[in-house]
Amino acid sequence: MPNLTFLEGSCSARSEARKEREEGMAQDLEERFQVAQVAQPQNFLRDTFSRGDAPAKRIEFAHGTTTLAFVFQGGIVIAVDSRATRGPLIASQSVKKVVEINDYMLATLAGSAADTQYFLRDLGKTARLHELDTGKRMSLAAASKCFVNTIYSYKGYGLSMGCMLAGWDETGPHLYYVDSDGTRNKSNLFSVGSGSTWAYGILDSAYSFDLSVEDALELGRRAIAAAVHRDAYSGGTINVYHMKKDGWEKVSADDNNDLFWERYYPNGKPGESS
Amino acid sequence: MARYDRALTTFSPDGHLFQVEYAMEAVRKGNLAVAVRGADVVVIGVEKKSVAKLQDARTVRKIIMIDSHVCLAFAGLTADARVLINKARVEAQSHRLNLEDPVTVEYISRHIAKIQQKYTQSGGVRPFGVATLIAGFDHSGEEPKLYQTDPSGTFSEWKANATGKNSKAVREFLEKKYKDDLAEDAAIELTIRALMEAVESGSKNMDIAVMRRETGLTLLRNDHVDRVVKKIEEEKEEEEKARKSSFAKR
Repeated sequence: MPNLTFLEGSCSARSEARKEREEGMAQDLEERFQVAQVAQPQNFLRDTFSRGDAPAKRIEFAHGTTTLAFVFQGGIVIAVDSRATRGPLIASQSVKKVVEINDYMLATLAGSAADTQYFLRDLGKTARLHELDTGKRMSLAAASKCFVNTIYSYKGYGLSMGCMLAGWDETGPHLYYVDSDGTRNKSNLFSVGSGSTWAYGILDSAYSFDLSVEDALELGRRAIAAAVHRDAYSGGTINVYHMKKDGWEKVSADDNNDLFWERYYPNGKPGESS
Repeated sequence: MARYDRALTTFSPDGHLFQVEYAMEAVRKGNLAVAVRGADVVVIGVEKKSVAKLQDARTVRKIIMIDSHVCLAFAGLTADARVLINKARVEAQSHRLNLEDPVTVEYISRHIAKIQQKYTQSGGVRPFGVATLIAGFDHSGEEPKLYQTDPSGTFSEWKANATGKNSKAVREFLEKKYKDDLAEDAAIELTIRALMEAVESGSKNMDIAVMRRETGLTLLRNDHVDRVVKKIEEEKEEEEKARKSSFAKR
């Protein structure tokens, strides 16, 4: 951890909080996330896997994805692809890029699947404890804040995540984008990943808050399909989820080729010879 | 008995934690605090200790804001209360920062009670000699809330309560006279009546504050308090007269 003790100064409240934190930390040590036991953990990923002379350069990390989510009058639509690539190799066509945190919260996965899944499951634990404590669902604002605060304490340690948190709490449906830099943004529409630019093209031209449920789900599906068609690093199955007041529902899982060539362009793409 | 009242963390053979009980005794010697929950306000009244001539009375405040929507009155050791209040204020802001929502009254009461309990189960510390009355409004939901904590670390919700000197008698008075859904003026009157059961009447001897949803905590001005006191005293005189005359008739 970088040395931030200078921030504490003589403020009695802060040093008291630090003492309490340290006491608490002694108990939590077993639970604390282990970082690479090297001199500079923040450079571990680059030094071991991606630099020109890196010893494990042949084991490249899985990247590349298209995920999107948007809020509309009928709740939230979440749509993702399912491809994982390692360089030119398609490592998997069946990655689950939507993480089910609890009945009323979903998150999308982009970047390191391991990091994302670990911290989102930890968020699920926090959310459940919060529910038991207060008798109410944890608000998305609080969940995303807690999540990002945890991530921020690992800033510089090589975590790689770009998630969207979607959920329905006491104040309605909400959508947040959080990432491993500590960014936390709120909006009604996001797309994350290497294919996001193509997805935004479809989304931005057809999105409206007043879409019907059927149209909204189809828009999400169509946007992923467009991204998958052009982005080499996205593909596999197009998974669509619908977040409603009483919880989420998995709506469809379509193979992207079947979707594209049988449903959208059964007669081939206009302007292209088959 | 004497052997079991030293170290806090020792139970006596008949299940007492003497230090905690002695802390409650300190509370019982503290100045009276009363709180009454109305339909849309909480009224808090405290016994004002007479200040020395050269002392600035304004610096002896017993009804204190934790956050703009929650306040606290206490009976017992003032310095101990100050420590608890500071911890509660920090927690209220931490909650706003981390959860993007103000604390609920129940949450902050539970937090204060948790701290009070921690000090009954640690080495080298003594319990807080303070019982608190915590009043306020939740961010969502309509009705006002009132909670009480004590040195043992228990907390509970109340419609009206008293703590400190003569609190038992005052609580019994409240049990007889309390009605649900009191309007603000009626709640103020009931609080002052309750205080007058154990304290000399007049704004010199009592501080009354009203907790409202929109405007937060407001201390009543002395002339307002005196007006209500006067009204109550006149009503009591009337009742006395009516009683005496009915007596005479017999």
